[in-house]
This record gives sequence, structure tokens and C-alpha cells, in this order.
Amino acid sequence: MSESTATPRAKRWPYILPLVVILALGGVFGKRLLDVERGRDPNLIPTVLLNTPMPSFDLPPLPARGDALRSEDLKGTVSLINVWGSWCVACLSEHPVLLEIAKSGEVQIHGIAWRDDPARSLEWLAQHGDPYSKVGQDPHSKTAIAFGVVAAPETFLVDKQGVIRYKQTGPITADDWRNKIKPLIAQLNQ
Amino acid sequence: MFTEIGHFALALALAVALVQAVVPMVGAARHNNAWMAVARPAALVQLALVLTAFAALMHAYLVSDFSVVGVYENSHTAKPLIYKISGVWGNHEGSLVLWVTVLALFGAGVAAFGRNLPPSLKARALAVQAMISVGFIAFILFTSNPYLRLNPFPSEGRGLNPLLQDPGLAIHPPMLYLGYVGFSMAFSFAVAALIEGRVDAAWARWVRPWTLAAWTCLTAGIGLGSWWAYYTLGWGGWWYWDPVENSSFLPWLTGTALLHSAIVVEKREALKSWTILLAIITFSLSLLGTFLTRSGVLTSVHAFASDPTRGTFILVLLAIAIGGSLILYAIRAPHLDGGGLFAPISREGGLLINNLLLSTAAATVLLGTLYPLLVEVLADAKISVGPPYFNGVFLPLMTPLVIVMGIGPLMAWKRGDLGGALARLKVAAGAGVAMLLVSLLMNGTRLIDIGGAFGLAMAAYLAVATIMEWLGRVKPTRAGVWSRIAHLPRAAHGMTIAHLGMAVLIAGVSGAAAWKQERIQTLAPDQSVEIAGYTMTFKGVETVQGPNYEAGRGTIEASVNGVKIATMHPELRLYKQPPQQTTFTSIHTTFFADLYVAIGEAQGAEGAYVTRFYYQPLIPFLWYGVLMMAFGGLISLTDRRHRVGAPQRAAATIAVPQAAE
Amino acid sequence: MKRFLVLLSVLCIAGGALAVEPKEMLKDPAQEARAREVSKQLRCVQCQNETIDESNAEIARDMRVLVRDRITAGDSNVQIIDYMVGRYGDYVLLKPRFMASTLILWLGPLLLLILGGVVVVSRLRRGDAQPLAPLSPEEEIALTQMTNETTPGDTK
Repeated sequence: MSESTATPRAKRWPYILPLVVILALGGVFGKRLLDVERGRDPNLIPTVLLNTPMPSFDLPPLPARGDALRSEDLKGTVSLINVWGSWCVACLSEHPVLLEIAKSGEVQIHGIAWRDDPARSLEWLAQHGDPYSKVGQDPHSKTAIAFGVVAAPETFLVDKQGVIRYKQTGPITADDWRNKIKPLIAQLNQ
Repeated sequence: MFTEIGHFALALALAVALVQAVVPMVGAARHNNAWMAVARPAALVQLALVLTAFAALMHAYLVSDFSVVGVYENSHTAKPLIYKISGVWGNHEGSLVLWVTVLALFGAGVAAFGRNLPPSLKARALAVQAMISVGFIAFILFTSNPYLRLNPFPSEGRGLNPLLQDPGLAIHPPMLYLGYVGFSMAFSFAVAALIEGRVDAAWARWVRPWTLAAWTCLTAGIGLGSWWAYYTLGWGGWWYWDPVENSSFLPWLTGTALLHSAIVVEKREALKSWTILLAIITFSLSLLGTFLTRSGVLTSVHAFASDPTRGTFILVLLAIAIGGSLILYAIRAPHLDGGGLFAPISREGGLLINNLLLSTAAATVLLGTLYPLLVEVLADAKISVGPPYFNGVFLPLMTPLVIVMGIGPLMAWKRGDLGGALARLKVAAGAGVAMLLVSLLMNGTRLIDIGGAFGLAMAAYLAVATIMEWLGRVKPTRAGVWSRIAHLPRAAHGMTIAHLGMAVLIAGVSGAAAWKQERIQTLAPDQSVEIAGYTMTFKGVETVQGPNYEAGRGTIEASVNGVKIATMHPELRLYKQPPQQTTFTSIHTTFFADLYVAIGEAQGAEGAYVTRFYYQPLIPFLWYGVLMMAFGGLISLTDRRHRVGAPQRAAATIAVPQAAE
Repeated sequence: MKRFLVLLSVLCIAGGALAVEPKEMLKDPAQEARAREVSKQLRCVQCQNETIDESNAEIARDMRVLVRDRITAGDSNVQIIDYMVGRYGDYVLLKPRFMASTLILWLGPLLLLILGGVVVVSRLRRGDAQPLAPLSPEEEIALTQMTNETTPGDTK
């Protein structure tokens, strides 16, 4: 085992390779931690439906509350579609913002009552306020799945041609409305 | 009071570990024996302190001291004693205390039993081990303090997740930690050898028992975890390729490779730099697993509540430990290999192929586990890598491995006789082919049947080849069999048992994967369903009270041709604190197969319930196989060459056949 | 929201993992078998690493029902999977497709094996070039001393 017969210089790289691989991996982990620290949620699944036509749907209304919610009827106006449920805790935290938006009259908001008992949905709206123009029921997630919804609340901004232009995963904050959604609506209305 | 003592003991342990990390290392560099000798007492004191810290935490859980945050969050007075104990490591902070306890345990083990080690190697290895301790104790004290108090404190705790209230899962983490934290010793020895600039047969002999001990515990730990998943999760699966499962399986794969390559270093003085690399990688994968499960970088069903600050801390630890050792490796390793002589047909040739396949398998599992993360960070896309990928890529790698496992042990070191080995393998190959045909005849020839038959054939081949190899040593037809059995090294018996265990495990995996049957239906009382020749009759559900839960307890009778075989009682439990529902399955095992029963929710008012029946042929073999592998490791560990300790270095160097190129 | 998602992911494995329910199942065993096969390839989007077949999350149940509806409506397995990918992206597939971004995933293991194989073979060749002398008597003795054994061939 004399050192003189050690591998010649030219063959040094195989011994450096593990270090290189580990450094590259470390870099990836570091970037990921930074992303998470900057507020990126690793559980978030980005929608693949952005800039594609929204799925077509025809949802029955809540009992004695206006018309059915049909994708056809939404053509021609810019609208927000909010997927929500009375069972959903996060939806409650979002609700004041939706009421605010509805009051501003900038855009009409339609609700999809997802996997919910219609009586509970109505009770919830009576209790917490009703920002929706139309509400359609989606008890078996058919439309929610068509929208690629993972967890409520999720909100989609749809333009006049029925194309999805923006998706909010999780509650809309006042900031989101002011800085992202409102300017986009103005742009889409031009 | 005890809690503060524990906290203080851990802080002291940090100080002692610091001393142990620095003084012996400097002493070794300066050839100062007194400084090097500090390592031994320091390692023992460190263990005593860490054990005190652990005991203090245990005490808080045992007396349900809810003024301690961790106890409040994870325990409850109504919890049975065993789960008060297991609650200690059922959370992030407590499990880290277990982590450093195992770390100190292995260090103290080397300090206490490593009398034959050259002083400088021992001093350096213990110093490196202490550096790891420093990192992790600091991690606990600065980011994950388990001794934090609540003021004012609540009178009752929030309870442990009911899924974790299970005897199998109570002992699973300690076994697992003894395993993958235990690999730290191989790592420390590897780094010490790199610093010394020398690796030889004696080094391999010193490292082997510690690696073997860790491997044995890890095998048992993984087996326990898998068994737990099998009987609690309620649909009869046993392995999910979940990131957390993978992060304990990865060190197992490379650790297995390490055990085998260390033999080549020991016998042939070859594969040295590779063995060192494996030792580093194996523990690095343990560290990586710890990072992945606690940093929030990956998400998994088993992950601890994640926290980016902790993630950053562990990442820095990882960078220092892995990066540092690999830099050292890049500098020193090129000088370690003496251009070993390799005959393609030899024991070492077989072990080389074994290493190639095991490391490729490990790399594949690692790639699959990290790929979603890589794609997301580098390409901002989201993909999933699940069981279909792992099964599809991992299993093909295992096939040649099993073939080599049969051939390798039959060949001599240095100059194997492939013809002779193959001649001796005829019986094994014949057994494999016979098994294939019998299985195809009995079970049919759908694609899944062919897969299952192929698995069984591999198992039969490996079992027969392993037994033939053992018989070849024991020579049962000649006089003096018993003395030969007694004189055969324990390590040889250990190998035979472990390899047989692998064969048994393969049979279990194949049977369960190919011929599992299920019946899922709603049954009213006294209705019955047929599965695999059994008539399962549902007798209804009654309510029973457990220590901290209320359960709907079903009664199901299994009978064959009208003869009652078993009465089974699956439960649907509703725990009080935290309020959560779990299934408690009932399993009737026949040695060759399991009848597995779970009940779901009530359907309507007539006493009808959702019932799930599974017939899982050969799945018990999976557990027997794991037990045999762990037992083989244990037997090997009692080899007197490991106990008596290592030979003197001088003898070892003479023994090396020079193979200068 | 984050907390909510964490809570959800806990709920996915909690509650006794009820998975596929009898009332969801299709009458036709062949169609049901197809539904199970498709379900085992789709990921529960709310959970971590669980198929919709194993998961007891509500969304997973609704996805299972949707899979069955589409089967009875006459869709092929591929069409159903394509539909789900169209809604959720490649994320729903537990077996990633072979495409540019998964090239390394699918070919990596094979490349590694080949690379490792080349290294191994090169080492074996080097060995081949050496005359394979049997152990000399001194080596035998030394090795015996070292290993405390009778014959060198007998060691593990």
C-alpha cells in the first residue's frame, strides 16, 4: 500500500465529485428554505388553468336565492368566482374582504357553495353577510375539481370571454384586492 | 425542578462535548497522550449528562407535568403509561433528545470498549463524534428546547395523536434512531481515518461491529415501522415510499453496502476510499433525513411540524458535517487506494457488484424522493413521484442483486471458481425454476401472477443457494459436523441467517403484492362474505370503553366449510383527547397468510357497517424475513473477532498481499 | 391558510383511513377494477403522497366518484387521467410522465448503473492484467493470524 502508487493526478476528479453533488444539493435546499421564509407555501399547487377558458358548469341555486349559476351567463362581464363552504374556517376570515369588494361595486362575485348543506350555506350567509350575486351548489365537487380546487377558499378572476386570468389560493386579503385583483379588473374592463 | 436539572445537564453536556471535540483532536495532532486520553472520560461523562437530561424529560412526562410545554402539547393524564413514555420522542424536541442520547451512547461505547484501538485513531474518532454532539445539542438548546415552561400552566394536556398510541410505534423510534444515528460511529471512524491518512484491514475490523450494531437496529426499526403501518392504517399496505420512510431506508441501503465493502477492506485491502465514502454518505443520509423531516422542505404524512429557522440551523449543520468530511475526502482519499487487485470472478468481485447495485438503488430512491423538490426549485413546476415510480425502478435493480447474493458467497477470495460455483448453484437454480412452474400452475398466468411467481422463484433460489453454501462449510455427510458448526465464525452464521431472511422477505413481498384479495362492502348483522375460501360472518358491533377512548367493537367470525376458525374484533375508536377516530384492525394469521379485518362507519339504523376484509398471502413472511435479518446481524455481532477486538495493526499490514501496479 | 392546510393534511391520515367506500363502488366488477386501477395512479391533492384510493379526505372521495362517473360515461382510463392532469397538472400523477423535466428522473438510475458498471469493469480489467497468483504460504499464515480462522476461504 505504498503511497507512491497512489492514483495519478489526472484521476482526482472522482474524489471531488461527491463534494460537488452535495454542494449542488445544499444550494437547492438553501434556495427552498429562502423561498419558504419569503412566504412561499410549499403545499401550494399552482393552477394549470391560468389563461385557459373556465370549465363549463350549470349549478343549481341555493333554495329561494336567485338563479342558477351557469358558466354561459358569465360571458360578457368580468367576474370573481369564489369557492367556499360554511364548514371552512379560512373562508370566514376572508369574508369581510369579499363584502367590501361587493360594496365597492367594482366586480360581481359569484359563489360556489362547495360540498355544503344548502340550509347551512344560507344560514351562514344570513349570519355573516352575503356578497354574492349568484350562488351555485356543488355538493359533489364536480365543478370544484373542474376548476382544480384543492382546499377552500379559492377564487378565480374570469374575463369577458370566460378566460381565467387570476387565481387566489387561500383567503383574499385587503392587500391582494388592492394590489393585484383590482388593477387587473380595471385592465380587463378596458 | 427535575426539568431544570435536565436542561442544565444538557447545557453541561454541550460544554463537555466541546472539550471532547477539541482536546483529543489537538492531542492527536501533537502526539500528546494525556490530551488524547481526555476523549474517554469525556465521552463517558457526556453520556451520563445526556442520560440525565433524557431522564429528566421522561420524568416530566411520567408525572404529567403540564408546566412543560412539550408535555402539555403531547401528553395527557389518562394516557396509558407506555404512551406517556413514548410521548417523550413522539414530538420534534423530545425526539432530538433521543437523537443526542443515541449519539452519546455510541461514543461512550467506543470509549469504553475500544481498548485495542490505536490511541490517535480513537481520540480522533471520539472527537469527531463529539463535534456531531455539539451540533445537535446546540440545535436543541437554541431552537428546540424541550424544557420550556408554561406559566400559568394548564391542568390537563392536549394528548398524543391516537395513531401514535400503539405499542409498535412506541419502540419504533428508539430502534430507528439506534440505527441511523448509530451510523455516526462509522462516519466518525471514517473522518478520523481520513485525518490520519490511513485505512487498513484493522480499521475495517474496528468499524464493523459498530456499523453492524447500527444496521441491526435500523433493520428492526424499519421493520417495526412498516408493521405498524400495516396493522394500523387499515387497508393492508405496508410500504408507501413516503419521503420519511425513504429517509430511513436510504441509510439502510448504503449501510448494507458499507457492511459488505468493509469486508473487502478487511480481507483484501481494496475498496478503501469507496468504503470511507460509503461511511460518510450513510451518516450524511441520516442527517439528510433529519433535515427533510424537520425543515418543512418536503411534506410528508409523518413530518414533524416544520419550521424554517430549524431548517436553516440543520442545513448549516449538514453543510459543516457533510461538506467538511467530503472536502477532507477530496484531499485525502486519492492517496488511500493502493490499486487493489480485482479478479472479476472472486468473492470481492461479487461484493463489488453488490455495492454497485445497492448504491444505485440508494441513488434511485434519493433521486425519486428529492425530484419533486428539485423540479420545483429549479424549474418552478410541481410534480409528484409516488410508488409506481419507485416500484418500477427499484425492483429491477433488486433482481441482479439477488442473483449475485446467491453466487458471491460460494466464491473464494482472490480467485473464484465460477464454474464450480455455478455447478453448486444448479440445485438453487433448479429450485427457482421449479418454484416458478409450480406457482404458475397453481396461480395462473396473468401478468400479476407471473410477477409473483418470479418473486417466489427468486426467493427459492436465494434460500437454496444460501443453505447450500452453509452446508458446503458444515459438510453434514462427514464426521464432526457439530464441531464444524460450532467453529464456523459467528459472522458466517450471521450471513447465512440474514441472507435467508432476505429470501423469506422476498417471498413475503411477492405474495402480498401479487395475490392480495379484498372485499369491501356494507354488511348487516349475520350477513356473510366469502374471501379466499373463508366465510366471514358479521355479528354486529357493540360499544366498549378503553382507557382513553370509546370504541365500536365489531365481531366477525371466520369459518371454512362451516367450521369456525377465528373470531375477530376490529374496532373503530374515538379518542377523547385529542378527539380523533382511528381504526384498530384485527388480524388472524395462519403462518402463511393473514386474514385482515377492519370496520368503518355505521350505515343506516339496522346495525349495518362498512366492513373491509383482506386476505394477504405470505405477508407474515415479510416480518419473519426482517426478524431473521436483524437476528443475523445480532449473531454476527457476537462473533468473537468483534468481541475480542481487533488485531494489532502490525499483523494486519503483514497480511496484506502487496499488489503494486 | 397555512395552518389550515397543515390541519387538513393531518386529517388526511387521521380518522381511520377509510379509503374507498362500498357505496361508491360500481356494480360491474370489470368497471370497478378499472376505477381502482385509475384511482391508484392519482394523488389526493390535499394529502401528501396518498392515492385517492387510499385517502379518506373528502376531495379524494369526490375524485373517486368522478372517476367512476366518467367510466360509466364511457371514458377510457387514459382520458380520465388526462382530464385530471388538465385540472391539477402533473402534480396529480403518482407516476410522473416521461417528459423533458423528468428525463433525469427516469434515465438517471440507468445512467448511474452504466457509469458505475464502467468503473467496476475498469477495475476488474486492471485485475485481469495481473497474474492471479494463489496466496503464498506466508500470506496464508499471516491471513490466518489476522482472522483467527482455519482457512481463508471460510470467512465471510
